[in-house]
Amino acid sequence: MNMNGGQALMKALENEGVDILFGLPGGAILPVYDPLIDSSIRHVLVRHEQGAGHMAEGYAHATGRPGVAMVTSGPAATNIVTPLCDAYMDSIPMVVVTGQVPYAAIGTDAFQECDTTGITMSVTKHNYLVTEAADIPQVIHDAFYIATTGRPGPVLVDIPKDIVDPNNPRSAMEWYTPDSHDLPGYLPNQAGDAELIRQAAKLICEAERPVLYTGGGILKSRGAEALLELAEMTGIHVVTTLMNRGGFPDDHPLCLGMPGMHGNYTAVTAMQEADLLIALGARFDDRVTGKVGEFAPLAKIVHVDIDSAELGKVRRPDVAIQGDCRVVIEELVKALKEMGGSEAQPDRNQWRSRISGWQERFPLTYEQSKGDELLKPQYVLEQLRDSTPSDTIVASGVGQHQMWTSQYWKFNHPYTWVNSGGLGTMGFAIPAAIGAKAGRPDRMVWAVDGDGCFQMTAQELVTAATEGFPIKVALINNAYLGMVRQWQEMFYEERYSEVYLTRDVPDYKMWAEALGCVGLRVESPEEVGPAIAQANEINDQPVVVEFRCEAEENVFPMVPAGMSNSDVVVDPSQRDQPR
Amino acid sequence: MTAADGGGTTTLVVRVENKAGVLARVAGLFARRGFNIESLAVAPTDDERFSRLTIVVGVDAAPMEQVVKQLDKLVNVVDIRELNPAASVERELMMVTVRADPEIRGQILDLVRIFQATVLNVGYDEIMVSLTGSPSRVDDFEDLLRPYGIVDVQRTGKVALPKLVKAAPDPLAP
Repeated sequence: MNMNGGQALMKALENEGVDILFGLPGGAILPVYDPLIDSSIRHVLVRHEQGAGHMAEGYAHATGRPGVAMVTSGPAATNIVTPLCDAYMDSIPMVVVTGQVPYAAIGTDAFQECDTTGITMSVTKHNYLVTEAADIPQVIHDAFYIATTGRPGPVLVDIPKDIVDPNNPRSAMEWYTPDSHDLPGYLPNQAGDAELIRQAAKLICEAERPVLYTGGGILKSRGAEALLELAEMTGIHVVTTLMNRGGFPDDHPLCLGMPGMHGNYTAVTAMQEADLLIALGARFDDRVTGKVGEFAPLAKIVHVDIDSAELGKVRRPDVAIQGDCRVVIEELVKALKEMGGSEAQPDRNQWRSRISGWQERFPLTYEQSKGDELLKPQYVLEQLRDSTPSDTIVASGVGQHQMWTSQYWKFNHPYTWVNSGGLGTMGFAIPAAIGAKAGRPDRMVWAVDGDGCFQMTAQELVTAATEGFPIKVALINNAYLGMVRQWQEMFYEERYSEVYLTRDVPDYKMWAEALGCVGLRVESPEEVGPAIAQANEINDQPVVVEFRCEAEENVFPMVPAGMSNSDVVVDPSQRDQPR
Repeated sequence: MTAADGGGTTTLVVRVENKAGVLARVAGLFARRGFNIESLAVAPTDDERFSRLTIVVGVDAAPMEQVVKQLDKLVNVVDIRELNPAASVERELMMVTVRADPEIRGQILDLVRIFQATVLNVGYDEIMVSLTGSPSRVDDFEDLLRPYGIVDVQRTGKVALPKLVKAAPDPLAP
């Protein structure tokens, strides 16, 4: 079939199962926006290209399918660098199509030209500059394959204008449906080595104080059920990192919750005291390990990861298994069953009682506001958690509100937590929530945002309002860049430098209304529940609920940067408790 | 000891797809992961789909396992061989122009003879020679020429292949 490159691009995207595209047109990508009109793919017109990228990420987080964004060249391409880097750090499958100046103009400093593949080389799993229209079907097929297999990640496809412009003879091509990949250097391996899996099973059967340290690889591999079986069969407790919240139910008696810098005391301490850490799709990130040399000093390590470069990168494992988390866990369960299943597990009652002792002495806690004090953010999050369906999808920005959400929410379903872990991208919440809602319109979607974050990407609420994505935003307004304020309080002798954002400017309620949303403002504890209930009832418009919160509230527990996890700082009310 | 001596270095022979921008991907990876390249030689292989990079990396500068694993993640990198200098044959080409006034030209030609180097070009008071050899031999030659005044020197960086098996197969083996 004869067609032009632009038509081929749309057809190639349709063939990959793309149902929604987040983007914003411009000069170089213009010819592709014409065949888009005739395509089955829905396009969501964003207000800033960064929003398109985060929406694609949110879509991928919530559905497991690759998110797709399309923007033009130059400034649009540079605007989407942040989401690419975010997706690269958090292993989010994403395909970004960028327009480029005509092939013959590349390198001439043409209008809206930038070296997009050069700029994005270090923040993509792979990228392409397509030079011939005839390459488009194969490159798109390869791009989705690379983005979604192995360790997932973002792939960028840069397309010069001439090969998609029907008025240019270089765009003429004959359509073909690619059915294979010629990628001699890319051979993602799924299965783990059987002998190493047996060794891991043996270590598990010998361990007295084992902990399952589970990361984003559980969700990426769709391994939550396998993990549940492994944990229940062995009776081993599970910590869920920031990237695996929801990968193991918080309500499960074996769940210890989030470890790391703001993890709960029991999760942090159980890992410190463990004699075996079974790391599944986790990468020993500095926010989890604290001072690496003093992290889990007594523990042997079993490390399972699809990316062999993670094995031994930070901590030398005793057993390193390269493979897909779900596949390896299933094999591990089989190997453990052959060794006797739950019967073969040693008596770990003493360990269990130590864990429950920590849980009793060091639960998450905060002091409720008194008198005319403003709201406590933790209270707002508890109320929000308790008044929304358990499968609500929660997206967050980055900072204190993100940590409180991860701490206080009860994640009992996979793919309900959408956040920026590795890169820590402020402003992620609103566009990511829109993407999640686009992927899961059946679910309630709340964005929990800070006032600093909100001001970075609030314009995408216009996208939500006009494109029909009735997300809800819980805006934790503490008038500060709160996490930075907390560090200045704790580590810079309360010398506050450039962290105060002001309490009343902007007027968030008016701003929300101007953006096409319902705007609500809450200042006292008794208003919290009713405001959430009101927001939950609104399904034809986005809602922003501004919760006016105490500025001085800090996130605890906290392992100060560079310190050992054994030196975790607990809430002031728990500091007299025996460790 | 310099890098060319093979001291404190490892040689990686990296087969990559012969596509635009692949060298930039490899070089960029070294830069952003904080690994240092001592020398780099690039050439197509007998199969035109692939090129071979011979990269000498300072082993103190980087955990070699991470270098190899991160390189291997690049989609265009097909395979990587790590060559131990003791178990490989290494060669490097040097072209050098040296000050050579007519009265001392003979001394330089002596060195050329001893090292079996080649005279490429002769000027009134300069001489251009080339030498192919192991990196340490090339180092020695360069050191000996230096006192005469090196005007210009260009080295290719080394290329290498693994040493071959010496023992013939046992004819009685099953």
